[in-house]
Amino acid sequence: MAENVFIALQNNPDARPIIEAIVDDNPAAVVNDSPGMVKIDCPRRLVIRRETVEEKLGGEFNLQDIHLTLISLAGNIEEDDDEFVLQWNI
Amino acid sequence: MSIDIKTTKIEQRRVTFDNVAKKLGEGKVPSRYQEVMIGVQQEEVFHYRPTWDPEREVFDADRTAIVMQDFDDLTDPRHYYYGTYVIQRSKQQESLEKNFSMVEKRGLLSALDAGLREKIRKILIPFRHVEWGANNNNLFIAAYGFGTPMPIAADFQGMDRLGNAQYITRIGLILSGNDPVILDQAKSEWLDDSMWQPLRKLMEDSFVLKDWFELHLLQNFLLDGVLHPLFFQHFDNEVVDHGGTAFAMLTEFFVEWYGEAIRWTDHTIKTAAGESDENRALLMGWRDKWLPEVRNAALPLAENIFADRSEGVMDQIISRIETRSGKIGLG
Repeated sequence: MAENVFIALQNNPDARPIIEAIVDDNPAAVVNDSPGMVKIDCPRRLVIRRETVEEKLGGEFNLQDIHLTLISLAGNIEEDDDEFVLQWNI
Repeated sequence: MSIDIKTTKIEQRRVTFDNVAKKLGEGKVPSRYQEVMIGVQQEEVFHYRPTWDPEREVFDADRTAIVMQDFDDLTDPRHYYYGTYVIQRSKQQESLEKNFSMVEKRGLLSALDAGLREKIRKILIPFRHVEWGANNNNLFIAAYGFGTPMPIAADFQGMDRLGNAQYITRIGLILSGNDPVILDQAKSEWLDDSMWQPLRKLMEDSFVLKDWFELHLLQNFLLDGVLHPLFFQHFDNEVVDHGGTAFAMLTEFFVEWYGEAIRWTDHTIKTAAGESDENRALLMGWRDKWLPEVRNAALPLAENIFADRSEGVMDQIISRIETRSGKIGLG
């Protein structure tokens, strides 16, 4: 279990394209719906790609905007303009 | 003693309306855009037929020769509904207003040399009548189109064009130091100057087209596809090359808007062409009928701006349209 990373987002329309993008880009991701929140677990590494989110959203997306819906996360973060990566640097 | 806070999750029985679920499939959560666009068009149980078109119902798919299984497939890839559209445009307007107020406050346009200012006046200011025509045409599509996504997006497109026309008006007023005579002069040139007449004729011909999809192809694909690159890429660059950087600050929105609007235009035409070979043949026929006319209408303007380089510029613009045509299945 220690190998899992997770990200928890609010369950609202702003987060939906992000969640859809995560599901598309991370086949191993497991989505857990809770009231008002979506927690996504993924073994070892989880990536959010700007391009995929933009495709789902139909417009431009700044990766920093995930903070508007972000509740919590676990993992070491590595990010640039195109990708937001969660993984354990061990 | 430790307290465990537990949550209970209650599955909702229905995630959306039946009219949306019918298209997307049960259990699929729609985006807001999908929820307001899908299955909203009234298709049956009409009241009286309209006196202005007694052959058809008030809402009738027959007002275009294009046949779609479902007109709701003509979606907008930008996912604009009222809220997202207005928020996006208000952001853009805010930043453009800053550009305008800076150019006005610092008198940046008056620093241009007189020849260049005259060129901008002669080329750009009468163009507001073209933008107004585009407003009219898109509102026609909004009024007579079928399905929900297409008329809604055309309505937004129409409003954008009115905004474009107003920004051109303001550029004119900055040039003239708030003297409205510049607008009257531009109107009389639009009406009488031989350079504008082929385009004016084409605009007026487009006003009487009855098929809203043909009008969509003519206005948003061909006319815009030729005129916007001509004015806001090639002419813009020409002015900037001659020291008119301030001018580019004022036309920034046109460039941004065009790049965004053609995504919608291309997507809708591609979807219609992909629906059936009959649609594709119709669209290709319309394109072949109108493209030479649009080219001829734009040519005198290109000649005025670029003189002997005009052929080369027009060829570039037309080949860009042809590439787009190929990409959306009208090869």
